[in-house]
Amino acid sequence: MRKFWHELASPPHFYRLAGRLSPWFGWVAAVLIVGSGWAGLFWAPPDYQQGDAFRIIYVHVPSAWMSLFVYVVMATAAAIGLIWRIKLAHAVAASCAPLGASFTFLALATGSIWGKPMWGTWWEWDARLTSELILLFLYAGYMALRGSIDDTARADRASAVLALVGVVNVPIIHYSVIWWSSLHQGPTVTKLDAPSIAVSMLVPLLTMSFGFMCYFAAVLLARVRGEVLERERNARWVRQYSGLS
Amino acid sequence: MTPRRQRMILVGLVLLGVGLAAGFALRAFQENLLYFYSPSEVAAGSAPAGRAFRVGGMVADGSVERAPGSLEVRFVLTDFAHTVPVRYTGVLPDLFREGQGTIARGRLSADGDFIAEEVLAKHDENYMPPEVAQSLVSPPARSE
Repeated sequence: MRKFWHELASPPHFYRLAGRLSPWFGWVAAVLIVGSGWAGLFWAPPDYQQGDAFRIIYVHVPSAWMSLFVYVVMATAAAIGLIWRIKLAHAVAASCAPLGASFTFLALATGSIWGKPMWGTWWEWDARLTSELILLFLYAGYMALRGSIDDTARADRASAVLALVGVVNVPIIHYSVIWWSSLHQGPTVTKLDAPSIAVSMLVPLLTMSFGFMCYFAAVLLARVRGEVLERERNARWVRQYSGLS
Repeated sequence: MTPRRQRMILVGLVLLGVGLAAGFALRAFQENLLYFYSPSEVAAGSAPAGRAFRVGGMVADGSVERAPGSLEVRFVLTDFAHTVPVRYTGVLPDLFREGQGTIARGRLSADGDFIAEEVLAKHDENYMPPEVAQSLVSPPARSE
């Protein structure tokens, strides 16, 4: 077991492993996203109140979940990097940020498009919307901080602390609709009770979320490979690998 | 104590400190984070007088009156304990109907009516096909 973790943290080993795994995740993601997209648009019944407009849920909810999930992955990787001084963990955290920011943006944009006809407004400063916007700023701040420090080791440590501080926002986003009266509705699926959504609407939502998860894994692994190559560009294995020596 | 252990404790302390700070800050701003007041709070006088605020509740059944030839509409917001009569002139969102959760932003007039500048529909967390909604014992009332 110990050996497995030690090998996983070694850049050449991880580089090869990620290269093998990434396409598999990519294909599973493509199949799931296309299939769930079709099911969400044509197979799931229209909603009793919103008609077909509810179908934006199949993009909005998975991307909102992913925006939180990616942040937790990023903060965990940052903590591992800080505590055990594992460079690969910092590379993972750095690779998470643009992906998380994209999911956050997608959640905010699709929510806004849905909010205009349903609520009657593009944007309101309610607790859920505001905390999700802060998440986007956290991702952006994390990337800006990394970009502003030239020395990789210092950039790793500084941005890891920022990622850890920002993790407090994750439970705030999740519970914002429960703690305060907000315009955004309460949780439909992620609650202890039975989900308040019909099964035929829920199934494409869950498969789509799993597809988003696989997409994240595929792109994250590919990004980490690039990040590792850049960080280890002077190491012997990279030079051998690229045929430079 | 190994340096690694020290760093572990440091990370734990950072998380704890930030969590506590955020908790206290959110408690302090509790009132500002409330997006709307309920009709009961308005009746109890805890809603701000003199400045604009939001009131949220259900549109009471049979309370929507539209003035013919204009966009003016009157309805009553209720939380099943107290009610607030609302006046509004403008376009209503798609989801607005009797029995629907609704949030109005505006101010209280001297005669006790709430003059809304903006009306938003609040969607609930329930998603179901129309057949299921119809088969429920008490389907949501519709104004159409």
